[in-house]
Amino acid sequence: MSEPRFVKGQRVRIADRTPPVHHRVPSYAKGQVGIIERVCGMHPEPERCIRGDGKPFQRIYRVRIPQTDLWRSYKGTEGDKLEIEIFEHWLEPAE
Amino acid sequence: MNEPWGPHDIGGQMAGPIDLSEHENAHWEWQIDAMVRLALAKGLISDFAELRDGIEQLSPEDYKQLSYYERWAKSLAYTLVSKGAITEERLGQKVAAIRARQEAEGLR
Repeated sequence: MSEPRFVKGQRVRIADRTPPVHHRVPSYAKGQVGIIERVCGMHPEPERCIRGDGKPFQRIYRVRIPQTDLWRSYKGTEGDKLEIEIFEHWLEPAE
Repeated sequence: MNEPWGPHDIGGQMAGPIDLSEHENAHWEWQIDAMVRLALAKGLISDFAELRDGIEQLSPEDYKQLSYYERWAKSLAYTLVSKGAITEERLGQKVAAIRARQEAEGLR
């Protein structure tokens, strides 16, 4: 099992793509930048499971994104965050 | 924001009131649940992702009209037919037989 590619506190960008199969990234989170809140466990990658490619395990990270970045008309405070679990192959380091 | 992927991808849209009332599951719903778990245990489905994929490929109309376990049933049927576990013909025969039985019993 490979080492985690990202560490807690690292800034990451969620990929902006739409493969035509089930993928666990809602459209509102695509292209967003967040902070790794924690490194979670492993789970088979949905896209490759569906394509009949066995059960290739991928690491999952909990990514924290400011609500004010996600929703243009967000009425809450700057401190409000969304935490969402994202597979490693959807993440890239961000500035 | 991106184009949504499938009829389920509605995060951030206005949803209206949410029905939070408790409800009992019908017997057939438990049967569908059991069949999905059996298909997973036997490796006919590799992961819940496959069931989800079948649900997300439903037309927006079907997705909206079908209940939770009806979506499961439709996805499972699609997957089992596309993998050759059952034939579309055999499935159609079974559905027709059940329909005939229900009509005979006055359930339809």
